[in-house]
Amino acid sequence: MLRQGITGLTRVSRLLRVGANSRPALSGGIRLYSKAASNAALKFADDAALETHTDTEAAAREQTVTRAAATSSPSEVIGSSTSALQNAYAENTGFGTRPIYLDMQATTPTDPRVLDTMLKFYTGLYGNPHSNTHAYGWETNKEVENARKNVANVINADPKEIIFTSGATESNNMVLKGVPRFYKRSKKHIITTRTEHKCVLEAARAMVNEGFDVTFLNVDNEGLVNLKELEEAIRPDTCLVSVMAVNNEIGVMQPLKEIGSICKKHKVYFHTDAAQAYGKVPIDVNEMNIDLLSVSSHKIYGPKGAGAVFVRRRPRVRLDPIFSGGGQERGLRSGTLPPPLVAGFGEAARLVVQENDADIAHIKRLSEKLTKGLLSIPDTSLNGSAEHRYPGCVNVSFAYVEGESLLMAMRDIALSSGSACTSASLEPSYVLHAIGKDDALAHSSIRFGIGRFTTEEEVEYVVDAISKRVKFLRELSPLWEMVQEGIDLNSIEWSGH
Amino acid sequence: MSSLTRTQVLGLYKQFIKNANNFNDYNFKNYFLRRTRASFRENRDVKDQEKLNLLYTNALKDLGVLKRQSLISQMYTFDKLVVEPLKTEHE
Ligand SMILES: Cc1ncc(COP(=O)(O)O)c(C=O)c1O
Repeated sequence: MLRQGITGLTRVSRLLRVGANSRPALSGGIRLYSKAASNAALKFADDAALETHTDTEAAAREQTVTRAAATSSPSEVIGSSTSALQNAYAENTGFGTRPIYLDMQATTPTDPRVLDTMLKFYTGLYGNPHSNTHAYGWETNKEVENARKNVANVINADPKEIIFTSGATESNNMVLKGVPRFYKRSKKHIITTRTEHKCVLEAARAMVNEGFDVTFLNVDNEGLVNLKELEEAIRPDTCLVSVMAVNNEIGVMQPLKEIGSICKKHKVYFHTDAAQAYGKVPIDVNEMNIDLLSVSSHKIYGPKGAGAVFVRRRPRVRLDPIFSGGGQERGLRSGTLPPPLVAGFGEAARLVVQENDADIAHIKRLSEKLTKGLLSIPDTSLNGSAEHRYPGCVNVSFAYVEGESLLMAMRDIALSSGSACTSASLEPSYVLHAIGKDDALAHSSIRFGIGRFTTEEEVEYVVDAISKRVKFLRELSPLWEMVQEGIDLNSIEWSGH
Repeated sequence: MSSLTRTQVLGLYKQFIKNANNFNDYNFKNYFLRRTRASFRENRDVKDQEKLNLLYTNALKDLGVLKRQSLISQMYTFDKLVVEPLKTEHE
C-alpha cells in the first residue's frame, strides 16, 4: 500500500515536471501536445527523486570551527589538544553521523501528529480566523477554538482564559509589564526570583526603569525558594509575584501550591512561567491558585513561534496590553492569529494529555538510568534538588573538566551547558551561581534533556560516551593536575566574561 | 461494525507496525513502534464491544496520520544518527 502511495506521488511530480519542462514549448504553440515532446519530459522526470536530503554535517563542522576560534584562555589549553581529543571521539564506522538530540529544554522535535494537523492550514485552510462573514473564516476559527480548548484542558482552565501569543517570552513580558502598568496607581512592587528565565529577569528590570520596585528572591542550594522569605517580601503595594514552575537549567520544581496560597492570602497576583512544566508535571490553576501562567508550544513537541498565557477571569486579572490593534484575544493581544501554529500547539496540548502516563513513565525510567550512569563517574554531582524536580532535565557537574571542552569533545551528542541564551558565552550560569556553585563547578556542568522520543539505546550510548571522555579529559586537564598538586581552584581568575 | 473480530484487530496491529517501520527518522520510528506495542497490549483484554468499536475508530484515524507522516519522513530525510547502523535491516 505504501509502495502505491509513493508511485502515486512520483506520478504527480512527473505531471508537474511535464508542465515545468515544456514551458519554452508554450511559445511554440500546439507543439506542446506532441507526443515526442512530452515523452522526453517524462524521461527526464523519472530521474528526479522525491526525496530531499539535508546534510547536517557541514553546518556542524562550521560551527565547531567558529566556536574553537572564539573560545579564549581556559579552553584554549584544551582546544590546542583537539587532535588528542579525536582519540576520545568515538569514530564508529558503519554508523551515522548525526548527533543524538538531548537538548529538550531548548526545544523539542515536532511530533509528526502535530505536523499532520498543521499541514491542512498550509494547503487549504488559509482563512483568517477573525473573518466572520464567510466560511473560510469560520472553518479556521473553529480549529483555533478547538485548540484553545485543548490548551486550557491541560491546566484545568476555562478556554476563555487562554490568550494565544508567540511564545513564553511574549507571555512573560505581557504579564511582567502589563499587570504592574495596569495597577500602577496603587501598586509599585514586583517579586520574582534569581533563577528565572532571562525574559522574566529582563522584563522585571525594565519595570525598574518605569519606577517599580523589584525584589529578586534568593533560592537555597537545592534551587527552591524559601516560602517564609517570600511571604515576608510581600508588601501592601505588591501587585505581582512571579515564580517559575520548573527551572530550565536544573529542572527544579517550585512548590506552586504553597506559593499560590500565600499569594491568595495576601491578595497579590501569582504568575508562573510554566514553559518547562506545562504538560510535563501536573498543574491545576484552580487548585494551585495561579492567576497567570505562561506556556510555550515548542517545549511540548509543538511548532516554534506559538505560546499562550492563561489570564484568570474569576476573580478577574487586569493587564495593559502591549500590542494595540484590532482587539483580538479579548483585547489583550491584537493581531491576526497564526492558525497553523495555534492548531499545531492545540494538537500538541491534546497529545500531552493523551500520552501523559506513557510519557511520564518513559522519561522517568530513562532519567533514572541516565542519572545513575552519570553519577557513578567519580567526582560528579547532580545540580538542584533531587526530590523536587522534573525528571526530564538532568544537570550534572563534572568536577575538573571544563564544560565547554566536554561539549566540544562530544559532537555526537547535542547537549547544552545551560540555557540556550547563555550557552554561547563562557560566562558561568547565573542559575548555578544562585544555588551556590562556584565558578569551577558551574563551568563544568552539563544539562541533559530527555523527552518522548528519546530511546533507551541513546541513553546507553550517552552514558558510555560521557564516562569515557570525562576520564580522558581529566587526564589531559590542567585543573585535574593542579588539584593533584593541591592548588585551590577558587583562587583562579576566570577570563572571557 | 457491530462486532470486531480478532482478525480485524490483528490486521490493524500489523498495519501500525508496518507504517511505524516506514519512518525514516530513528526517533519517530522507535516511538511509534513502542507506543503501538504498548497500547495494543494495554487494550488486549477489552471485551466491551462499544469500547472496542471506539478504540477501533480512533485507531483508524491514527493509522491515517501514521501513513501520511511516514511518507513525509521518507521524503525529507537527514543523516543517520550515531546510534543507527548504516545498513538498513531490510538489506
Ligand atoms: C522557563 C522558560 N521561560 C521562557 C522560555 C522562552 O520561551 P519561548 O521560546 O517560547 O519564547 C523558555 C525557553 O527557552 C524557558 O525555558
